[in-house]
Amino acid sequence: MENFYGQLINLFAALLLLIAFGMLSQRRVLSLINLFAMQGLVLSVSTMFVAYTSHQHHLYYSAALTLVLKVLILPWILHRLIRKLNVKWDVETLINIPTTMLVGIALVVFAFNLAAPISLMAGTITKSSLGIAMASVLLSFLMMITRSKAVPQVIGFLAMENGLFFAATSATYGMPMVVELGIALDVLVGMFILGIFFFQIRETFDSLDLKHMEKLKED
Amino acid sequence: MIFVSTLLPIDVALGVIVYWLLLAFAGLLLQNTRTITRVIFPAGAAGALVLAAAALSGLGGPANVAVLPLGLPDLPFHLRMDSLSAFFMLLLGAASIGISLYSAGYFRDYEGNELGLLCFEYHIFLAAMALVFLADDAYLFMVAWEAMALSSYFLVTTDHVVPEIRRAGFLYLLIAHVGAIAILMCFGVMQGGHGDYTFATMRNAHLNELWASVTFLLALFGFGAKAGIVPLHVWLPEAHPAAPSPVSAMMSGIMLKTAIYGILRVTFDLIDVQLWWWGVLALTLGLITALFGVIFAAVQTDMKRLLAYSSIENIGIILVGIGLAITFHVFRKDAVAALALTATLYHALNHAFMKGLLFLGTGSVLHATGERKLGKLGGLIHPMPKLALLVLVGALAIAGLPPLNGFVSEWLILQAFLLSPGLPHSYLNMLIPIAAAALVLASALAGYVMVKFYGVIFLGQPREGKFEDAHDIGIWERIGLGWLALGCILLGVFPVFVILLIDPVTQLMVGHTLGGSAAQTGWLWLTPLEPGRASYSPLILFLIVIVGVIFTMLAVKKFYHGRLRHGPAWDCGFPEQTARMQDTAEGFGQPIRQIFEPFFGVTRIVPTPFDKHPHYRGESRDRIWDYAYLPIASVTEKLSALIGRLQHGRIHIYLLYSFLTLLALLAFVR
Repeated sequence: MENFYGQLINLFAALLLLIAFGMLSQRRVLSLINLFAMQGLVLSVSTMFVAYTSHQHHLYYSAALTLVLKVLILPWILHRLIRKLNVKWDVETLINIPTTMLVGIALVVFAFNLAAPISLMAGTITKSSLGIAMASVLLSFLMMITRSKAVPQVIGFLAMENGLFFAATSATYGMPMVVELGIALDVLVGMFILGIFFFQIRETFDSLDLKHMEKLKED
Repeated sequence: MIFVSTLLPIDVALGVIVYWLLLAFAGLLLQNTRTITRVIFPAGAAGALVLAAAALSGLGGPANVAVLPLGLPDLPFHLRMDSLSAFFMLLLGAASIGISLYSAGYFRDYEGNELGLLCFEYHIFLAAMALVFLADDAYLFMVAWEAMALSSYFLVTTDHVVPEIRRAGFLYLLIAHVGAIAILMCFGVMQGGHGDYTFATMRNAHLNELWASVTFLLALFGFGAKAGIVPLHVWLPEAHPAAPSPVSAMMSGIMLKTAIYGILRVTFDLIDVQLWWWGVLALTLGLITALFGVIFAAVQTDMKRLLAYSSIENIGIILVGIGLAITFHVFRKDAVAALALTATLYHALNHAFMKGLLFLGTGSVLHATGERKLGKLGGLIHPMPKLALLVLVGALAIAGLPPLNGFVSEWLILQAFLLSPGLPHSYLNMLIPIAAAALVLASALAGYVMVKFYGVIFLGQPREGKFEDAHDIGIWERIGLGWLALGCILLGVFPVFVILLIDPVTQLMVGHTLGGSAAQTGWLWLTPLEPGRASYSPLILFLIVIVGVIFTMLAVKKFYHGRLRHGPAWDCGFPEQTARMQDTAEGFGQPIRQIFEPFFGVTRIVPTPFDKHPHYRGESRDRIWDYAYLPIASVTEKLSALIGRLQHGRIHIYLLYSFLTLLALLAFVR
């Protein structure tokens, strides 16, 4: 039975990675937010399974926290934001999408290679998914680099946090509750602050394209 | 006496530190000029008195240790008060009594909010210096050291509206932090891989010669930056004139000594081996510093800059003493090492008193006349006789005239030179007399500088404008200056008692004391080593001087008065003599500038004889600034321009930087 749950967790991990690639290739902001919410859902469900198999009760709280924060609140805030900012347009990427995907594959290989020795040492049921977790962190980072608009960058930042959370769950059955609560609060506050920045950036430059920020460079 | 037996000196010292911190916050909250000057500064002086008493009782006693539950988790503050810290706390307490009392009068015209801030920084500064002396781990030491640097920075930039003062403050902060990095690295080397930064660990750690030398050099550099050892002296002549006078007095009189404390602590206490060339290095640097300081002091035209250069000179003399002590200690000539170290500590104590007195004196002059250019002052002995008398004591003391205190310590250092037994290095034996001669030159020039300082400010007539409405000093200033002047006199007249006070320190540092031989001919006579070689009795000399003066006065009165004729002067061909024809500060320093011209970058603008409105301008620049600091600054600027290319203003590029760093690190740790 344990093996079954292990397989199930691996399935969700694979889904997580798939969604990360999906986000990397997605041009529309609205779909991007939906993908982000979906990733949060997958993360929450997989955490719940981990909690069930490993009898780590605090992981249930983590799963619930993820569900509330990353599936409900943050997507809702983001939806509201883009409606207010009126930025439903397609996302321009700096590098074209196929190239990004190729770079992404290279990153996944790198991440798996990196995680292999750690997975050997970890005694958790989820040890095989550590590579996936790291890959999704790196992919989200890549997404932040390749997007020129502010909103997708923030989504990349939030997705990176998802990956980190998953990495913590798979390597050591999650971080201490206090740390998790702290991070959740940070993400929420960060979201608010970035939301305010969006308005400020748009007001200053009449656009959310970050290339305008080059003007701030000191000569 | 139960009170005394249960309360250790370290507890009292800690209490005073807390009390000062409370006063600091009280000043910040009150912001009322009257309360701050009438209550808080005198209360601070009372705290200083208690601290001095605690230090006095701690001198010679066993080392007190305390651990404060403050600081980071698992990293508490360790405190320790041994004779060395007690001696320097005595210096701090005793000198700051005078400075705080003086401040009570000096700051009476300051605005309430400005003064509240100043009072806050002032008392934090005091508390931080006391903590530096008490610290027994590198962590607390650095915290206190930085608190001291920052509070003094804000004190220096009290008049921050003036751009030059901001610039001076920046220079000070920069050099202080370069020094602090060196000190931090010095502690890092000394803990020797134990990972434990308490001084107790460092005392037990054994360093090989190479690492011990690295430690010593780092300490000399780091503390030298604070002390103003050439070539790290450039901040002194900028920062001291910029600060309000009591602050200058405190920085020059006391803060520079924290650096001396640091050098002594590291060299004699924390490192377990010493090498003879350290001493020679310190000696050479000290001589260069002393000569450099005094020569530059001689050509200054700003009275506070002059005193700042004089501080550099005195630090040089102290460093010479340290160098001698190290050299003799390495060659196991501990009696002479004790003599040199005693002279060093004695001079540090003296300098706190005399330089404090002089800086405060310039403060009163500045307050009364609003002028600090020597070229515009003059004749102030008439409107300000009390100040003139008190400053005279300080000037005579720093010029090294008996029976005042400056003479005793300089004489002791010279004795250490002259009594130095044959060292096993022939070069050293040849070097020592030359060094002694250079030191004598420095002391003689210091006398010259003081004649200039005192003569131009107080004697003659006002050179430009009249200072008839210049008011003499008030009661608080008089008490503060009087305390310091009294210190100068007592330290000079009773040297044997002072040496007995210093004895526990030298016992701790070099394992030998001077007190036994110094007091062998009674407390009246100071005999460094043997009565056959040299001894000095300030009291008898003092009596002779007084009798001589009285006798001369009487003789002059008897034989000369009444024969004084008043008549038109022949005028030497200048029938219309004005006060502007007096010898000026520039004129007085001119011979020195001629002799030592290669040292200075002199620019002079001399008018032609046909110029209707002639202007003479002469400027002496510090060449070290041009040759050492400006190249460093330009290289730094170029490097930062290179690094500035990393800045594109594009977030993606920045993200890419961190991404690549992350990947590289991940690949590396794997």
